[in-house]
Amino acid sequence: MMSHEAFVFLSYAATALTLAGLLVGILLDGRARRRELAELEAQGVRRRSKAAGGSS
Amino acid sequence: MSDTTISQGWFTSLANPTRFLALSGRILPYLATAAVLSLVVGLYMSFAAPEDYQQGITVRIMFIHVPAAWLAMMCYSVMAVASLGTLVWRHPLADVAAKTALPIGAAFTFLSLLTGSLWGRPMWGTWWVWDARLTSVFVLFLMYLGLMALHKAMDDPARAARPAAVLTLVGFVNIPIIKFSVDWWNTLHQPASVIRMDGPTIHPTMLYPLLVMAIAYTLIFFTLHLMAMRNEIWRRRVQTMRRQAAQSIGGGAST
Repeated sequence: MMSHEAFVFLSYAATALTLAGLLVGILLDGRARRRELAELEAQGVRRRSKAAGGSS
Repeated sequence: MSDTTISQGWFTSLANPTRFLALSGRILPYLATAAVLSLVVGLYMSFAAPEDYQQGITVRIMFIHVPAAWLAMMCYSVMAVASLGTLVWRHPLADVAAKTALPIGAAFTFLSLLTGSLWGRPMWGTWWVWDARLTSVFVLFLMYLGLMALHKAMDDPARAARPAAVLTLVGFVNIPIIKFSVDWWNTLHQPASVIRMDGPTIHPTMLYPLLVMAIAYTLIFFTLHLMAMRNEIWRRRVQTMRRQAAQSIGGGAST
């Protein structure tokens, strides 16, 4: 049987890993999406609202 | 102009994704800073709290287990409100909010199950029992995974929005079941000790770290959720622009 300290450590470590993983996943997703948008704009693709001169 | 008109106007203005991106971009740095600060304070208080006379040092697990369980339920409630937004008001961002809350809610539910298990082994003598509280939270975890699978199964987010919203609202029946399971049935899991009619039954030396950690978890949730919503708006924008580009190549004849 593990010591009580080990159970506490495992709980905090698992929480830290899970939340950090979630954060990194969301950050990487955001970077990839912004890169795609920049590439499309560089190719001259415009959103309809922008092409029509709208601000939205 | 009545207050309703003003608040409705503000709420409707958020329906414009560009305005939402600008506003959330301004709010995010403050929200993230508040989340980190409260987490640091909460962690300090958690480890400065005295050991419990029965649980010993394992009471520290409670400071991350209880907020994770609360957030697991709060996240689903946010999704239920967002689903109403999809079905009743057809708010364009409601589906974005409901969809992006899913992995975050699943993570908090997973953490509440895992840390509960890691506390149960030394304190109860078992990793798991199929009592009403543990089982209903496990069902919540399965519902998060099921809804994520539903979104993954459909290429067009607009087609997934309504069935996912209906399913989310049907699943909301599980939230009061989780909350009251410890009162309605005989469970190994202890009954509520913070949110109860006659006030908390925990000593302030343990209640305050728990509440600060709950605030930190809530701020972490909203920070991650806003970030994920922005990603989803960009993802849908990319999808639309690619479709437009493909249509213009095809002479714009296809509809």
